[in-house]
Amino acid sequence: MSTSTATATPTRSPGFPWSTVRWLLGKLGGGIFVLWAVATAIFFGIRMIPGDPAEAIMGGPGSQASAEALAAARAQYGLDQPLYVQYFGQLWRLATGDMGTSYALKTPVAEVLGELIPPTLILAVLALLVAWAMALLLAVLSTRSGGLGTALGSGLEIVSAAVPHFWLASVLILVFSTMLGWLPPVSTNTPAGLVLPVITLALPLAGFLGQVMRDTMLEAQRSAFALSARARGESEVGVLLRHSLRHAALPAIALSGWAFGSLLSGAVVVESIFARPGLGRSLLAAVTSRDIPMVTGVALLSAAAYVVIMAGSELAERIADPRIGPS
Amino acid sequence: MSIFQQSKPVGDPLLNPQKTHARRREATLVRRLAVRLPLLASAAVLLFFVLAAIAPNLLAPFDPLAINPAQAFSAPGAGHLLGTDESGRDIYSRIIHGARPSLLIGAAATAIGLGLALVLGTIAGFGGRWLDFGVARILEVLFALPGLLLALVFIALAGPGVATTVIAVGLTSAPGYARIIRAQIIALRTSPMVEAATVLGRSRSRILTAHILPNALAPITVLATLGLGQAILWAAALSFLGLGAPPPAPEWGTMLSAGRTYLSLAWWMTFFPGLAIVLVAAASTVLSRSLKSGGGQ
Repeated sequence: MSTSTATATPTRSPGFPWSTVRWLLGKLGGGIFVLWAVATAIFFGIRMIPGDPAEAIMGGPGSQASAEALAAARAQYGLDQPLYVQYFGQLWRLATGDMGTSYALKTPVAEVLGELIPPTLILAVLALLVAWAMALLLAVLSTRSGGLGTALGSGLEIVSAAVPHFWLASVLILVFSTMLGWLPPVSTNTPAGLVLPVITLALPLAGFLGQVMRDTMLEAQRSAFALSARARGESEVGVLLRHSLRHAALPAIALSGWAFGSLLSGAVVVESIFARPGLGRSLLAAVTSRDIPMVTGVALLSAAAYVVIMAGSELAERIADPRIGPS
Repeated sequence: MSIFQQSKPVGDPLLNPQKTHARRREATLVRRLAVRLPLLASAAVLLFFVLAAIAPNLLAPFDPLAINPAQAFSAPGAGHLLGTDESGRDIYSRIIHGARPSLLIGAAATAIGLGLALVLGTIAGFGGRWLDFGVARILEVLFALPGLLLALVFIALAGPGVATTVIAVGLTSAPGYARIIRAQIIALRTSPMVEAATVLGRSRSRILTAHILPNALAPITVLATLGLGQAILWAAALSFLGLGAPPPAPEWGTMLSAGRTYLSLAWWMTFFPGLAIVLVAAASTVLSRSLKSGGGQ
């Protein structure tokens, strides 16, 4: 973002951090713009495409709803009003936190989302932690033992680029539920039920993160600052932990946005396969039944999360990398 | 450790120059082959599936849609190489016949994504500050719906089906490509070659079509190779979720989705179509990487 240049002011007064405020305001403005654009695109998108939203409310084209029922639904959801009234009404409701009522569930979208966020968040955070741990291990291993680590690294990279979540999940269920009987194929909130979904999400992520971290780490190990640390008498482990690892974390942080996308897409597939309640599975159900308020709600939620994560990763990069400087 | 490492002693060429030379040549040959092995395997995999897409009857022993209830759920073996599904259809033949729709969907989605990205990237990179700003905002919005999400939102609006899947996957990949193409075009715009053309008084449109776009093409080819595998993955994911090609079709994602119900009964119904997807995606990744590094060393 262009606003990041605002922090380049050379005078760093100990007083009020104006540059941070300006940076935050810039991010906030960008975020609001993105949310507005997503809401607007969906609002006009659904009206440009043939098909009656009232039909979706009554349960899809197969429901054979009567003309009176359709008209009643149109009136109830305000679909009979002029377009600009609907549009600004919609924007106003969204701005005040009212995301409307789900066509399919007939409950407020905000309420549904509130119930769905925790299970998906647990899944995603656990997967992210496991992926980071695996990626770190991979990166450290590959700096220790040249040939094996490299082979392992590029193998995992291919896996992360080529093995889709849906197949990985199926194979894991096959091996660990059907053949070995160790873990349940259906995910409940018990620890055992979380293992397979978390591994399914973490494995491709770890391959990608590990690859990027390994490259940076090898570069750091060969750099002048690592040499000078060694010359100061720092142990090899010390160089790795205190210097190279910090270096390797940077590109992995920069990939947070990508990681979020991978986790969210993965959640749609994984929650469906493991029959686990959550945002992803409900989004799929909403897409199938063309439950537009629900789709809008999930889209806005994830867009907001993406904006926050990107800002957060920028902040984390500033903290991890003294060259960028504290904001 | 690595910076202090000495290069390995290679023997004394003065003592026995012939032998060392031959051994060294042998070693480099083996190493070269080892380096190229993934590349060769990838090329073979892609060739096989392209052949399957062009002439499926050449490779498939059975009709992909022929129902034979007596043979339902046969395990992989002599009669049916990769087993049969719930209606006794031959999985291997279905995978072979599935190559065409699966590859076509991937190719069409990649073409849509790259085409859209080329337009956006060119406008941003060549159209001046305000257009660049505008495109950057559009890309920001597209990036905020990462991965499957943009595709799912699009399908929610347009309805499921093969055509919407193709457009949805193309749309999903477009912002990433657009960013790379924009950077490429800006790099070319400030290159001495374009400066020379400007000094010679060439028009902007001529500079764009004669100098910038042809030179931006090479990296786009690499992108397309990598993108094809990814597009096939995304499309298969959407089919798997029941939003792509409807069930009887021998499309890989659809086959996987159908096999899911019988996972504990007939693992081959899920395993092999998935393997086909993984092979194609892995092959396209390896190939694009070697293209990027300049034709595999």
